[in-house]
Amino acid sequence: MKTVKQFLSSIWRALFGDTMRAFGIVSGLLLICLAIAPTKDHFSEWHHYQNGYLSLIHDRGDAISLRRKFQPGIQQIWLPELGVVDRCATCHEGLKEASLADVTMQPLRKHPVIPHPIDRYGCVICHRGQGPATTVQEAHYSERAGDDPVLPARYIESGCGQCHQNELTGTPQLNNGRKMLAQYGCVSCHLIKTPDGITMKSTDVPPSLEHIADKTTREWIYTWIKNPQAYAVSATMPNYKLSDADASDISAYLMSSSTPQAGDVDATVIPLAKNADPSAGPSLYGESFCATCHAVQNDAGNLVGGNVGPELTRIGNKAKPAWLQAWIENPHTYNSATLMPHYRLTPQQVATLTSFLMNKTDSDYGTNVHLTAATPAAVARGKKLVATLGCAACHTINGVNKPDNFAPELSRVGSKPLAQLIFLPGMEHTLPSYIAGKIKQPQAFGPGLKMPQFTLTDEQRDALTTALLALDERSQTMPDKLRVHSVEPTTYEPAGQAGKLMADLNCLSCHRINGHGSDMAPDLSLEGSSVQSQWLDNFLKNPNTLRPALTRRMPRFNLSDADRKTLTDYMMVVYQSPTIDLDKAPPAVNPPAMVEHGRQLYYSRYACQSCHIIDTKVDKGYIGPTLTQVGSRLTPAWIYAWLKNPQELRPGTMEPNQNISDDDARAMTAYLMTLKGSGKQEGKQ
Amino acid sequence: MTRRPVAYAVLLLMVAGIGCRHWSASSSALKPTAAGTAIVLSSGDKQMGATGTVLPSPLVVQVNDDQGTAVTGALVEFQGPAGVRFDPAAVLTDSSGQATTNVRLGTIAGRDLVSATTPGKAHPATVQVAEIALGYQQQLGSILADQFCNRCHDPESSAQRVSNYDNLAVKPHAFSDGGTLNKMSDADLLSVIQHGGPALSRSALMPPYGKTLSPADMQAIIAYIRVVSDPPYSPAGTVYGK
Repeated sequence: MKTVKQFLSSIWRALFGDTMRAFGIVSGLLLICLAIAPTKDHFSEWHHYQNGYLSLIHDRGDAISLRRKFQPGIQQIWLPELGVVDRCATCHEGLKEASLADVTMQPLRKHPVIPHPIDRYGCVICHRGQGPATTVQEAHYSERAGDDPVLPARYIESGCGQCHQNELTGTPQLNNGRKMLAQYGCVSCHLIKTPDGITMKSTDVPPSLEHIADKTTREWIYTWIKNPQAYAVSATMPNYKLSDADASDISAYLMSSSTPQAGDVDATVIPLAKNADPSAGPSLYGESFCATCHAVQNDAGNLVGGNVGPELTRIGNKAKPAWLQAWIENPHTYNSATLMPHYRLTPQQVATLTSFLMNKTDSDYGTNVHLTAATPAAVARGKKLVATLGCAACHTINGVNKPDNFAPELSRVGSKPLAQLIFLPGMEHTLPSYIAGKIKQPQAFGPGLKMPQFTLTDEQRDALTTALLALDERSQTMPDKLRVHSVEPTTYEPAGQAGKLMADLNCLSCHRINGHGSDMAPDLSLEGSSVQSQWLDNFLKNPNTLRPALTRRMPRFNLSDADRKTLTDYMMVVYQSPTIDLDKAPPAVNPPAMVEHGRQLYYSRYACQSCHIIDTKVDKGYIGPTLTQVGSRLTPAWIYAWLKNPQELRPGTMEPNQNISDDDARAMTAYLMTLKGSGKQEGKQ
Repeated sequence: MTRRPVAYAVLLLMVAGIGCRHWSASSSALKPTAAGTAIVLSSGDKQMGATGTVLPSPLVVQVNDDQGTAVTGALVEFQGPAGVRFDPAAVLTDSSGQATTNVRLGTIAGRDLVSATTPGKAHPATVQVAEIALGYQQQLGSILADQFCNRCHDPESSAQRVSNYDNLAVKPHAFSDGGTLNKMSDADLLSVIQHGGPALSRSALMPPYGKTLSPADMQAIIAYIRVVSDPPYSPAGTVYGK
């Protein structure tokens, strides 16, 4: 101990015993301290990368120009409006150099082409990460509370979704995710208020269960809620992983709370004649274009048909014959909000279709289900379960109200702080992996969690995660002028007598009119300017596809002459374009020289035959509508306006704007108006 | 003093231990029960997907023996460029001799060359396939091509989408036809898209899209044509001498 003390005091004396010496040593220490900062700077990571960049460009052909553009030191982008400060370009030096396209080494790669200049948008707005950080670790991977690690590439489209509330062509994943939020019922439980201020609504309205006992049996309900995908592979209802007892009690409650619906129960099933043609059912199913909306699994296990209505592979296991018959007769009686049209079938046709569908059964489905008779205790327990599980968030159920704020709001889920998240063991501690994990196996996150298990592919999960990540703090708080707003669907409904008829036929289930409806069939907002009334009347009588390459999907609704006239008159008067200039178009009949000139333009200069057919012997174009009868289908004003700019009349249509001069367009309109396609010619073909 | 060599030895052992553990973890835990001599592609090559996403169909390869019959239980390891992930990265062939993996593309747009290797009996056998990762621009191009171009340029016909290719008197070039399209510069392709076939004295059946598509859209379609071209496109740019 003593020796140590002696040793230390001797050192002290040696260093500071003399004033001059002490001064010198202190000055020396000070200098060393001052040198620390520049030295650290010199050995910093970003310096290392900048040197790497300089040696990369050294040997290239355009080294001189690249070196001239190189800026040493910290590079910062500051965008106060967006709250962006980032220094990424300090290390990522080659971001803007087009000539570095062949470099694959990070951090020196050129940025792939995007629509926005980096200087004006920064990096973190799309990629996340800590913008102001100057080390790789801190900028990219920090997991501290409040920090945001760099987003994996597969979710990058969420960056676009912060400003773009509309549908962008280049972001299919984001568009799909947003659609799924509405389609899979996410927004029935979770409140999502988009940055536009719109509260998202579910687009797929699950059936009301108020009259469920008319439609199906308790055994079917039991089997369905145990595993919806076992009944229909395309079912969107999630799997709640219910125990046998829970499923039995819920089915007991749903049956006991159901009230009978007039029309379902009093329908007497029309028996089919014994010698009925067995092919009548399938052919009526085909003729009615049921497959446009409903899918059926074929022998190979593939779904054939649309996904608007429920899958019908095992409909015979589910539906009661009387109900199905009443439904086919007029679906609006049971469910006034259904998308299915009222077909106006004859009683015989209804019976044929009912018996055809009732034969669609799976003998293995729902066997060995033996439920004990429902006791009042079981019914009461079932009601409690229905309320706790939130069934009424999607379905209308007698005796249970639609719950409010059933699940956490997701309007800002894309900025949820890491400190608020509970991760599963082995999971990467980042928000995207949490969201994706929660969608993948919601019930693994703790006992008693109510979110059910959805059947989704990896691709769908990535899409949902992308759409949710776009709902972040920045998207909700940015100045409104920076947002690109979504096109909100209108609530347009056709009016009057024709409106009632169109609601009964559910035209808007397939067609869009004035911003309301679906995209399956052509937009009818301008139909009155486009077609001739005689043609429209004939089309409604006997619809046919206009394009050889498309399968016809429009059913025949067996409309009466009076109904057809009501519809035709309404559409001809109301659905007019305000922009089509009737004076510019040529009249319906024109001098032969002009017609011939139009014909030549059609075949030579504009080569319309590549997509359209006029002379069925020579022309082969498959894509556009056949024009053999175009003169009796379309109005001259529409043809002229279409030739001038098809994109204006139907945005996104394949036919390009060919910049046709007024004279050429008039001549071609004159030619096309001569194509009346008489029935005789048709017969020959 | 005498303890120093012992300390060194302990340190060395520890380092070796860590190294070995690392090594044993990286080597496959799968125990192959058989070995083949050849590996062939079954399905899943030349797929397209956005960067960072999982390809729509899995990559399937088959291991065969000398006689060309499938081998069950042979080890197959998948490898690709940095960023490309496989789930699983190593797998034993199933009863039909096939090894299946899901491919998640890397972050760099372009052609990802992916290889599947089986150790084999004497020497390893490898099959190499190309997958295509689309960046933002190429993906936009692929969507626009689907909307405006592929109905004529893609000879493949399906029930949902009938191709117009066979109906055209002058056949359009498929976008993957690198043999022809690689010889055309970006400017040539742009003028054909913009002004139609006659711009380069080609068929008038190709209409002009310059008034329909924006310049960025047309560039995106060109970027898409370049990325799907087979053989691969390499721009004739500056040649960098060392």
